[in-house]
Amino acid sequence: MTQEPKAAVFDDPDRQSQSTNRALNRVKKLFRMRETGLVLIILALFIAMSFASPYFLTWVNMRAMAMAFAVEGIVVVGMTILLISGGIDLSVGSVTALAMVIAGLLFLSGVDPWTASALAILACAAIGAIMGFFVTVVGLHHFIVSLAVMVIARGACLLGTGGRPLGLYTLPPEFKFIGQGSIGVIPVVIIIFLVVVAASDFMLRRTTIFRKVFYTGSNEKAAAYSGIRTKHVVFFTTTLCSALCGVAGIIYMARFGSAQPTFGIGMELNVIAAAVIGGASLSGGTGTILGAILGVILLSVVSSSLALLDVSVYWQDIIRGSILLSAVTIDHYLNKRRR
Amino acid sequence: MSKDLILEISNLSKAFGPIQALRDVRFDLRKGEIHAIAGENGAGKSTLMNIIDGILRPDSGEIRFDGKPVEIASPAIAQRLGIGFVHQEIALCPDISVAENIFMATTNISRAPLMNYARLAQKAGDVLARLGDIDPTALVQSLSISQQQLVEIAKALTLDCRVLILDEPTAALTEKEAQILFDIMRKLVKQGISIIYISHRMVEIFDHCDRVSVFRDGQYIATHNVAETTPTEIVHAMVGRVIDKLYPEKQGEDEKTGRVILSVRNLTEQRRFSDVSFDLKQGEILGIGGLIGAGRSEIVKGICKLEGQVTGEVVLNGRSLATSDYQQSIQEGLVYLSEDRKGDGLFLEMSIAENISALSLRQVSSPIGILNDGLETGLAERLGAMLNLKCGHVGEPVSNLSGGNQQKVAIAKLLSVNPKVIFLDEPTRGVDVGAKSEIHRILRDLVRKGVGIVMISSELPELIGVCDRVLVVREGRISGELAGQDMTEENIMYLASVLDRQLEAVE
Repeated sequence: MTQEPKAAVFDDPDRQSQSTNRALNRVKKLFRMRETGLVLIILALFIAMSFASPYFLTWVNMRAMAMAFAVEGIVVVGMTILLISGGIDLSVGSVTALAMVIAGLLFLSGVDPWTASALAILACAAIGAIMGFFVTVVGLHHFIVSLAVMVIARGACLLGTGGRPLGLYTLPPEFKFIGQGSIGVIPVVIIIFLVVVAASDFMLRRTTIFRKVFYTGSNEKAAAYSGIRTKHVVFFTTTLCSALCGVAGIIYMARFGSAQPTFGIGMELNVIAAAVIGGASLSGGTGTILGAILGVILLSVVSSSLALLDVSVYWQDIIRGSILLSAVTIDHYLNKRRR
Repeated sequence: MSKDLILEISNLSKAFGPIQALRDVRFDLRKGEIHAIAGENGAGKSTLMNIIDGILRPDSGEIRFDGKPVEIASPAIAQRLGIGFVHQEIALCPDISVAENIFMATTNISRAPLMNYARLAQKAGDVLARLGDIDPTALVQSLSISQQQLVEIAKALTLDCRVLILDEPTAALTEKEAQILFDIMRKLVKQGISIIYISHRMVEIFDHCDRVSVFRDGQYIATHNVAETTPTEIVHAMVGRVIDKLYPEKQGEDEKTGRVILSVRNLTEQRRFSDVSFDLKQGEILGIGGLIGAGRSEIVKGICKLEGQVTGEVVLNGRSLATSDYQQSIQEGLVYLSEDRKGDGLFLEMSIAENISALSLRQVSSPIGILNDGLETGLAERLGAMLNLKCGHVGEPVSNLSGGNQQKVAIAKLLSVNPKVIFLDEPTRGVDVGAKSEIHRILRDLVRKGVGIVMISSELPELIGVCDRVLVVREGRISGELAGQDMTEENIMYLASVLDRQLEAVE
């Protein structure tokens, strides 16, 4: 155990070679990164599909795929941050639907759609805060709390609407523009998505608040022993995830022109799968926004490909599940080898 | 090879990544002997034991059990061979009964489809009757630490073992309980069972063992018949150098200022400790000794407001503190180094730099909370150089480092906030000998710079070698204070374990 040190950084006289080494290391690191692997898989799928179906590489199909993952991607961002902090949220689908229902009902009762949307997002944040309370103050597990809230929020959706979609035909066009419009050729939905992704990626990597999220998820006790108020951190990530579900719900509402109480059933699985494929760990401490987004894109490209290839919808879930299982298995072995 | 050997190990090596934990080690165990294993932390004792128990696989080497070469690939195989291991850390299921815990392994290999709880309790009662007064139907979580230790031993005894490994079994026991344990050990040996006994306590080795093998830095050093050697010789073999150079110089007469940095008055926590009062003076390293579970860590965590509902007064540099959580304690300048480095001291998969800045992100970020890589790396490199941290780059994960360097990262983390008082809980546990004395020297340097240091250690030579004054804690109270010539292993152990009425005789 008295090994000679491999190299002491501090007395390396050859700065030049050190910086080349560092650059080389960076390239090596890039190749070892999960994100690189995901990009390669997605590219391979693109190439294969462009041969398999002439329709795949068309602008219309690309746009449809992007629209499909963009809104869900916002929820994935929230989920990834929550997973990094060591939590999990099963209620994302129900809460997204609830945001639509609340905003829809408020709008139908005469509130202007912008205020209604803001209130709905606030309500979702409040739901997250309540979950955060049960987790941090009462001391229950995220899984159980969010399972209960998932059922409750769905029940509230059905109760509020009588189980039928709310047609919101009188939504003003400037509101629908969020979900349906384009700036130039790029849909507004995609722009919102890119802004959320860029902002959250920057914050996650560079801000002290989100660094504390990593500390807490990596080792909650060590974080507490570093003076970090870990309960505040978990409360924050839980609330943030639900609030982002609210944002997604509003965009869906603007896109559909209606509020659908049964929307998003099973969404939590897709969202968690995307985050995990992208490198988030259920035990907390790891995960990146870029990885999670690539996870979402991969799942979405697969679904779209299967649809184009006329594979039965029933097969799709089986294939999606298998992708998740293989992704985490490969990752598990890579991690083991690295250690 | 001889017929009276039950276990024979030769040329055994094991590495963890770059760290060679065992190098070409040999060891043999006779039938019906108590064989002590001595060595400093990090000498490779636990690695060797874990290999014998099948928890770890060796990289190379041969193990012969009862004359036949064996491959102990799992604890289950070790069990089948008849090897029982009582770990130092208690590994019981707290929510189930004592009897069920004792027969966990038996239940595991049993083919009966149904549990017979009545018989289980009765059989457990029989085993426990030999060890002490423990109710087999009680839940483990309701037992004291020493009772739990006895349950662990009972668990191993029920396994029909031929080799029993005891890893510091007396660390948490009172003297009376330890005596009972030694009686049992002697009975077992008469039945032909061989015992491997790991202990830091020379007295125990010389009173109760037949032979002793010494390990140092992952290497086998020597085996002696206890009757033919002396504690001095063993200690010498363990540390491999003249012992008085192992520790840095103590506080000089001219360094005694008498200025009190921290004073603690009547600190009480309902269940864990009561009425703790002491002063920490500038220029001294204050040690806290006592048995595991006596409340040492709890007192220190209480001062830092890390744990528990604490009443009493903490005065830092003449000002009474009104802190309510650890974050505020850090801002006041009180920091705590955890005893469980891997469990709650470090973020293992995060980088060295990210670990070091965890206490003070404000120092490495802009006023609006944007992290600055340059500042973060700079802080880590500055503190790393100061502590002589050996690493490739501060961006690499802490899990790549050796125990000693990991501990330096943990200490650098505390130093990043320029603390006034540092509380260290077992600062050299699992650290190799070289890094250990380096850490001791760092502590002495810090004290000379005016930082207050309070150090908890279970290792008596360390406590005596490093500290200028030692407080001994027993059952949540300070049972005595020792300084200068009075700081001896005997005095500390006495204060740590004697009964109240005997204490008066000491004073």
